[in-house]
Amino acid sequence: ESGLPSSPLTLRIVAECPVTKARVCDLILPHCTVNTPVFMPVGTQGTLKGITVDQLEDLGCQICLGNTYHLGMRPGPDLIEKANDLHGFMNWKRNLLTDSGGFQMVSLVELSEVTEEGVKFKSPYDGKEILLSPEKSISIQNSLGSDIMMQLDDVVSSTVTGPRVEEAMHRSVRWLDRCIAANKNPHKQNLFAIIQGGLNSKLRKACLDEMTKRDVPGFAIGGLSGGEEKDDFWRMVTLSTDHLPREKPRYLMGVGYAVDLVVCVALGCDMFDCVFPTRTARFGSALVPWGSLQVKQKQYAKDFQPIDPDCQCPTCKRHSRAYLHALFKSDTAAMHHVTIHNISYQLTLMRSVRQSIMEGRFPEFIQSFMKRMFPSRDQYPSWTVDALASVNITLQ
Amino acid sequence: MAGGRMQLELSRVVQGRSRLGVLKGLGRTGQHSLEVPGCLLYTHFGTVPHLTQDTLHTLRNLPSVTQVTLSNIAEHQEVLEEFKDGFRKFAGLHDTVVYCSLHDPATLCPTGYTTNKTVSVWGSGGRIELTVAKFMALQKTVQPDWYQSMADGETWQNSTSRKRVRKSVDRTLAHLDECLLVHQKSQELDGVEVFGVVEGGDILEERVRSARETAKRPVAGFCLDGLQTASMDQRLRTQLITAVNKELPEDKPRLLQGVGRPDEVLACVEAGVDLFESFFPFQVTERGCALCFSFDISPDPERAGRAPPEVLELSEEKDAAGDTKQNGDLNHDDQTQMTSFEINLKDKRYQDDFRPLVEGCGCYCCKNHQRAYLHHLLVTNELLAGVLLMIHNTSHYHGFFSALREALAKDKLDLLKTRVLRAGAQQMEREEQDG
Repeated sequence: ESGLPSSPLTLRIVAECPVTKARVCDLILPHCTVNTPVFMPVGTQGTLKGITVDQLEDLGCQICLGNTYHLGMRPGPDLIEKANDLHGFMNWKRNLLTDSGGFQMVSLVELSEVTEEGVKFKSPYDGKEILLSPEKSISIQNSLGSDIMMQLDDVVSSTVTGPRVEEAMHRSVRWLDRCIAANKNPHKQNLFAIIQGGLNSKLRKACLDEMTKRDVPGFAIGGLSGGEEKDDFWRMVTLSTDHLPREKPRYLMGVGYAVDLVVCVALGCDMFDCVFPTRTARFGSALVPWGSLQVKQKQYAKDFQPIDPDCQCPTCKRHSRAYLHALFKSDTAAMHHVTIHNISYQLTLMRSVRQSIMEGRFPEFIQSFMKRMFPSRDQYPSWTVDALASVNITLQ
Repeated sequence: MAGGRMQLELSRVVQGRSRLGVLKGLGRTGQHSLEVPGCLLYTHFGTVPHLTQDTLHTLRNLPSVTQVTLSNIAEHQEVLEEFKDGFRKFAGLHDTVVYCSLHDPATLCPTGYTTNKTVSVWGSGGRIELTVAKFMALQKTVQPDWYQSMADGETWQNSTSRKRVRKSVDRTLAHLDECLLVHQKSQELDGVEVFGVVEGGDILEERVRSARETAKRPVAGFCLDGLQTASMDQRLRTQLITAVNKELPEDKPRLLQGVGRPDEVLACVEAGVDLFESFFPFQVTERGCALCFSFDISPDPERAGRAPPEVLELSEEKDAAGDTKQNGDLNHDDQTQMTSFEINLKDKRYQDDFRPLVEGCGCYCCKNHQRAYLHHLLVTNELLAGVLLMIHNTSHYHGFFSALREALAKDKLDLLKTRVLRAGAQQMEREEQDG
């Protein structure tokens, strides 16, 4: 399945929740259709931490992420081009989304300097000075051949306030235009804009007004999920979805905790990514409908149930908490078992959300989801109560 | 007899020593079998290193016998006792024969902790001391289909005295007798096979004594221990094994512990060994390497009419830089040293090599991925490297054993030896040319 020659992305809205802002869509991309709402696992360096592409496919994953910064450094865009782009290099036959490299720039690299030109930094591998400009980022992403590319944005931490936030917002708009101009493959690769503006409604609204004037196939909500108060977070999310076009996908970057996913679907987001589920797996933390389970803890040494008795993933069908607990002392495969479980958990959650929206029972789904996740009503985080109330859900 | 239905059916004995056949009657219900010469499936606590069920089952024709070790299991005794239903069920191992050995063959233990009544294993939390009583309690809890008796094999160091070697033989026999006593009284171990362990260091007389004495006991087969050091000359090893096997009944299997390099396997099969542990592919994986030696014995029209290629001496090896190294020069602790049977994928030359690890290899890794990708995974320290390499190396190694059996069946052992040993050197040359 692929879009029309002139459009490598088609969004079909399959269902809309009459109560909240949630939607169910089929996102038709060059490599296959993606059912939304969707959680996209992150495969930073062209691999999903110990999981083969077959295993990922078997879990039902239709799209995952690669990291432009990491892959741009090693093995580099030229080699990946020779390998028939990132799909060919990792042998992943479904969709890929690459971020711009901007976030890693400011979060991973010391002494990076942002100018109108781009982001200047020192390579951690050979100390050379590198400039990541909008043009350079798109060039790398063109070589990677991802189905969805992200613009290079001027990333500012959500805890920063003052004129820097406004400067970054305006610069992100200018960089969006440069990215659009630099895209060599508009018929094969989709370039998404990233809405900035920090936690300032005025700035965010201004950014939305400007960026929605550009004809891009999709929008990401950026600059959030970075340690800001959840109370501010949800308000920016819902403000953004209020002003993004209905018929284009909304990608909320860096969000992946189960509760956040469910609430933000209710607020109108379609796509999500986060390293958390796969990263936490390697520490033995298994995600379950009632929170998480630290398999390495002593209490599980003699627990002969699977991680989640209701889970259908390969790990839960064969292994017990006790076995995994012990295996963590002997072999790396223990991490892989939990990684598989966590990806399965995330994808299954989104599938259930999708199903409930299509069947017109998303509000009921939210109620039972929250009940399962928290010991009692007074333990529901207040931001979730407020956020859901804003879309007509009164948590019981 | 203490055991069950294990039976060795030999179809050929080549040149009086190399044996070809099938080990039948394995498992509680006796329905499993294992072709010999063959290897067991090496695991950490029931898991093939790096692999989950899905990745493991991309491999065809896995050995029907899974090896687990007390090094991994001993610290979990309490958990298994509470579980009650045995290790196989605890680990989710369906339909396989479980063989329990004392030590993990991939790691040499610290020495100096063995006593007259105890041996020690090292778990994740440190040293665990085993008396025969504790050893047998573990076996009753693990409920393997087959296990090796408790043994003192701490004779592999170069400086081991004759007195120490003699002690290891005496102790091992004493342990065996005690184990068998407990075994015969245990209902939980009804139908479970026991292997006696032949010790004797590098002293011929002690080897013979150990073999003779062990053969008198009612065991289903024999483990040959204490021969695993890389610093033992293969010629000496062959000599000792040959002498040992002369004392052992022909109709019982011989399992050689701690030896896995392809050239050594060939030599030991020629000395009459039937079974090996398959830890070698794991060691290759851990150093980021891929097995690539040829074991192809099909008739090759291209080679017909040309003079046979030089056969490499067993004691010579070339490292990646082309320098010759004697077997005996290898640090006996350094089983991590790369061999001539593998390629080092971290090497820069593989950065843009888009070929599979081994042309014509049908494993999941070779069917789906290229050297350049493996190189990238290794350089970036990605976990997937271990997964893919383990799949390939396991597949390649078991393919080698398959070829070995075929060679014995068709009288082509010399051809196989030429391929395996020569291929090592050829590989090195090719690498140098490409680089």
